[in-house]
Amino acid sequence: MRRPISLYGLTFSLPLLIWQVLFFVFPLLFLVALSFWTVKNFVMSPDFDAVNWTTMYDRAVFWQAYGTTLALAAAASVLTSVLAFPASYAIAFKMSETTRRWAVFLMVIPFFTSYLVRVYSWQIFLSDNGIINVILGGIGLGPYQMLNTVGATMIGYLTLAFPLVVLLQLFSLVFIDRTLIEAAHNMRCGRLRTVFEVIIPSARTGLVIAALFCFILAFGDFVSPVYLGGGEPTTLSILITDTTKSGQQWPRAAVIALTMIGTLMVVAFAAVKFAYKGKSK
Amino acid sequence: MTKIDTAMGLSRRSLLASGAALLATPMLSRRAFAAPTELTMLAWYGHAEPDIVTEFEAENNVKFIPKYYTGGDNMLGLISQSPPGTFDVILSDAEYVQALNAAGYVEELDPADYALDDYFPEFQQFPGNWQDGKLFSLVTRFGFLGVAYNTDALTEAEAANYNVFWDPKLTGKVGHFDWHLPNLGQMSLLNGNANPYDIDEAAWAGVQEKTMSLRPQVGGFFDYGGTFSSLNDGQMLAFCGIGDWITGVLEKNGAKVKSVIPEQGGLQWSECFSIGKGSAKADLAKKWIQYITSAKGQAKSAQMAAYPALIPNAKGWEVLQAENPDEAKRQGMTKDAGNAMDMIRAGRIKFREWPIQQDLETWNDFWSEYKGA
Repeated sequence: MRRPISLYGLTFSLPLLIWQVLFFVFPLLFLVALSFWTVKNFVMSPDFDAVNWTTMYDRAVFWQAYGTTLALAAAASVLTSVLAFPASYAIAFKMSETTRRWAVFLMVIPFFTSYLVRVYSWQIFLSDNGIINVILGGIGLGPYQMLNTVGATMIGYLTLAFPLVVLLQLFSLVFIDRTLIEAAHNMRCGRLRTVFEVIIPSARTGLVIAALFCFILAFGDFVSPVYLGGGEPTTLSILITDTTKSGQQWPRAAVIALTMIGTLMVVAFAAVKFAYKGKSK
Repeated sequence: MTKIDTAMGLSRRSLLASGAALLATPMLSRRAFAAPTELTMLAWYGHAEPDIVTEFEAENNVKFIPKYYTGGDNMLGLISQSPPGTFDVILSDAEYVQALNAAGYVEELDPADYALDDYFPEFQQFPGNWQDGKLFSLVTRFGFLGVAYNTDALTEAEAANYNVFWDPKLTGKVGHFDWHLPNLGQMSLLNGNANPYDIDEAAWAGVQEKTMSLRPQVGGFFDYGGTFSSLNDGQMLAFCGIGDWITGVLEKNGAKVKSVIPEQGGLQWSECFSIGKGSAKADLAKKWIQYITSAKGQAKSAQMAAYPALIPNAKGWEVLQAENPDEAKRQGMTKDAGNAMDMIRAGRIKFREWPIQQDLETWNDFWSEYKGA
């Protein structure tokens, strides 16, 4: 039987509802409306014309940027998750309570500095005359081009998402029932097999949600593809700025933004469904 | 009592008078201590920074409140989304001035208010500033766009030709300032189009083909900050679409970069000041434009810390030559042959403008395709 909504319950849920309506639903509806507006001589006028949708969806460069962004974000999610897992595993299972607290603190510290500043500082390491190439030059190697490459963009994504992914994975790993691990060991299950057959399946929800957050951050990121990737290949965020640079084409930028939101929603729902599969009935 | 007062030279009357005067002092000097009048300026970064505005602010008890934009479209967007009167002074690239006029965003100016006679003749009737014989904005500074290059990688003679971008030793080291107008304008010049922005469909197809052939050489597409850093750290060795407004700043800070106007010619960017429509401080805004277009203001503007520029005021050149002869020489604002005005007069420089026979959108769409290629 469904319980009636009490005033007490409303008091706590209303702010969230108001927040969502004001800062998500309303802007989203406005974005949808904006995508049907038209622009003439730099002036946007309210309209109901699908021209922005047809124009953008007919352009090869749009789909090219879409595929690139999707691939880069997916690659970043896999790479970050794989690299973050040993760190979160070590923090969860190999460290004392005090060391773990320090490790968590260290993972939070990067958020004290602007992401843009962190990305700019990578340029000093990755440029042709940068720190890494100077060190490599000292042992007779290089110089290698690292800046303005997809690899550099990926480093930027890692800078953005790695600490968050470690923390999210960690919260999942620390709540694993330790008796399951002990049981696996008692049944002569090796360490590696325990990780793959006990720990990862038990922490699936957290691991998938962590990867999802990485995907979301990388999919919409503008800073790394521009300042580390040199603006190529073109991602959807770059295409948005390109579109607004000519004739105030915000409605077309809205089409790109809505496509991105739609994609993220599909990916998020699919990931959440997979994360919680078989967990609750 | 009276005796004592008198002995001290202070009567009751004089004491009251002195007290009243003392109490009234803050009122009498109120003007001097009044809060400065705020003047809003919509401009590229640098125009309302202390090196440019401090003197004017002190002389007129004004405080500039800048709103900086990053491109003409951004500027138009900010104006169109703000109520009339939001911006007292507006700085605009010349190609956007007509859009400002058409949308009614700027006030008409009285030419008699400004030192137009001190301007070089070429700038007295500057295109875009005037419409139907009425003045709407005043050009305040300009610069040339050519080939920006790393002096360790290229000689000036090598860089003085747009074809240098295709040099095999620059593969992956050619950068683009990420804006279609200057880059495609330069490609148009390279293709021999006398009016680089007024080209027919065949010539436009030629520009696209030529530009696409450059794609394998390109190492990246950069915004303002990225352009600075990639030239400064030697990541890019040649740059298309920029000029001394970027390399000048780096050069002054010791970077091994320079700009040159190639034999195929260069482009000219220009910045113009207007008074925002509905400004409640139009008189003060006028005073600012008078100041910054005067010889003294112009010399200051030429040396702006954010990015240097050429100035259209001939007397401003004289002030600059007296104040900072090295900078006057570096920028070519001297009486020597081959100076900036000689280049314009020799027809080597074309205005950067919007495409005339194609839509702006067509050029931008091609630019996106080029980037994605």
